[in-house]
Amino acid sequence: MALEGRRLRVVVAKPGLDGHDRGAKIIARALRDAGFEVVYTGLHQTPEMIAETAVQEDADAVGLSILSGAHLTLFPAVIDELKRRGGGDIVVFGGGIIPDSDVEALRAAGVTGIFTPGATTQEIVDWVKTNVRARGA
Amino acid sequence: MSKPERKVPSAGREPERPVRFSTVSDMEVAPLYTADDLPADTAERIGRPGEFPYTRGVYPNMYRGRLWTMRQFAGFGTAEDTNARFRFLLNNGQTGLSTAFDMPTLMGYDADHPRAQGEVGREGVAVSTLADMRALFAGIQLDRVTTSMTVNCTASVLLAMYLAVAEEQGVPWTALGGTIQNDMLKEFIAQKEWICPPEPSLRIMVDMMEFCSREVPRWHPVSISGYHIREAGSTAVQELAFTIADGITYVEAGLARGLAVDTFAPRLSFFFNLHNDFLEEIAKLRAARRLWATIMRDRFGARDERSLRLRTHAQTAGVSLTAQQPLNNIVRVTVQALAGILGGVQSLHTNSLDETLALPSEPAVMVALRTQQILGEESGITNTIDPLGGSWAVEALTDRIEAEARTYIKRIDELGGMVRAIEAGYPQREIAEAAYHYQQQLERDEKTVVGVNRYQVPEERPPDLLRVPLEVEGRQIDRVRRVKRERNGAEARAALARVRAAAEGRENLMPPLVAAVRALATVGEIADVYREVFGVYRDPAWL
Repeated sequence: MALEGRRLRVVVAKPGLDGHDRGAKIIARALRDAGFEVVYTGLHQTPEMIAETAVQEDADAVGLSILSGAHLTLFPAVIDELKRRGGGDIVVFGGGIIPDSDVEALRAAGVTGIFTPGATTQEIVDWVKTNVRARGA
Repeated sequence: MSKPERKVPSAGREPERPVRFSTVSDMEVAPLYTADDLPADTAERIGRPGEFPYTRGVYPNMYRGRLWTMRQFAGFGTAEDTNARFRFLLNNGQTGLSTAFDMPTLMGYDADHPRAQGEVGREGVAVSTLADMRALFAGIQLDRVTTSMTVNCTASVLLAMYLAVAEEQGVPWTALGGTIQNDMLKEFIAQKEWICPPEPSLRIMVDMMEFCSREVPRWHPVSISGYHIREAGSTAVQELAFTIADGITYVEAGLARGLAVDTFAPRLSFFFNLHNDFLEEIAKLRAARRLWATIMRDRFGARDERSLRLRTHAQTAGVSLTAQQPLNNIVRVTVQALAGILGGVQSLHTNSLDETLALPSEPAVMVALRTQQILGEESGITNTIDPLGGSWAVEALTDRIEAEARTYIKRIDELGGMVRAIEAGYPQREIAEAAYHYQQQLERDEKTVVGVNRYQVPEERPPDLLRVPLEVEGRQIDRVRRVKRERNGAEARAALARVRAAAEGRENLMPPLVAAVRALATVGEIADVYREVFGVYRDPAWL
């Protein structure tokens, strides 16, 4: 992860009100163990809070985890808030209880990687390695 | 209990498969258990069904007297949507109701709050005011069913609403039976729905316990829950230990209020997870009963037998279900439910096969309920009380799980009790470690999940899923705004002021809460009082 002289930085965030943080914490740890710099926001974050953290922390990517079914509302809202703060180039990926039929809508909104139940941490780590570059590089 | 030993000579046989013989919690088990694995006082430790220490069950005749309560957790969309699902379940032979609320209701926000956006009615029913609660139970006589309500930091408000609906139906509170989850400690540990910090959360909980013991004597004011601890990734031993430690804290809080143990302990109830590992789960439930009975008698001096009996609801493990080949989930749920029944539970929810994808559809719920009915009425396992009692393997595992749970409980006592342990992040970290350990085992193929890391097939189209239309949110927002517009505003404000006064002082919160919901104060307004008076808890975000 020595690209551009620094490690890639990923914000792992829990938008919405649900408290299911098992997945988010596992992904955060797996990314950290794979050599990324990881900032975990904790629970109950609004889209504004997540975008603010991502921009403040100069993140290269934001990983969102949601299990409450509110992904169609909250994922695009995070992307809007990132754009509003000049973070439109930050890669956004996410996972949770997301039916196949919602995947296209999320991709269209700008969520480039979507991981559903059964995805391994290795798949996610590999995806981040392939798809995330240091911003401005 | 001895360590696992190799007691089976392998000469002339197949060598053992090169795998780690361990449970889903990664507890290694012996190839064979014999009478030598059990201590000399085993007969006494096992006892008889319905007798101390209740290892074999809390009632003498168990399911020969009455089957467990079949209680499917349900809730989505508006109160009317969920009321229809309740009637569907009751018409199909379900024997108790169980209510799932949506995230805004659970976290103390009305449907029209910005934080509720996208979440209204999505993973449970939206209830903002008494008008919603009335619609939720329309046409269901509350003295004819028992109701479980899964709600924690806003439990006091939802219980007040239930009591108000009962009053409107002419049902006396003394005739109400049911359970409200109201277990805040496991929220900080695992499920993570909260408003205020642990200490005031505990105060609200004790208010409810005290109030119910006087006014709603057949109600269970708390369901001490291991379910969510396990779902968050704990082992079976951690689930048991943290749950019992939470129970200990509630008993201590009741005693600190000046309540006599036998006035409230008989109404404490429990809620455990049923995971994939069959014998481990059975042993966990048996160990739970023995542990609780012993602690209540020896540590708290309880004398009423009902205080010693650990009565429990159980739910099959949502986290064990797979999105891949979802029909296989029916088999998982069957095995898990069977463990619950052989473990002696009093009430059971069986998960639906499509729950990793969405809220359960009606056909999927039907199969889940039928699974219980087939186990209860076709399989014959209910004819004999605790048929596994005396099995060397089951008794040895029961002993071991109990002993390991005691070690955790001792550690928590040393940390100063569960509230201090939570503040130090101890149970949260233990669970996160166990969850990560399991995920790594899975990814190294040391553990198998059929259809996920073995026996995969190209996937067929997922089953028909329940979709909650986005319009539900708009309708619910309109409804709560209409109620706020049309109610007597001065009356609602005065009632909220009385709630605030009680919160700031020492008066029991329940009577002013019942008055406030009658005056159509909303869940969000009352939660705002809690936020202002008690402060707001934030996720420490430990990794």
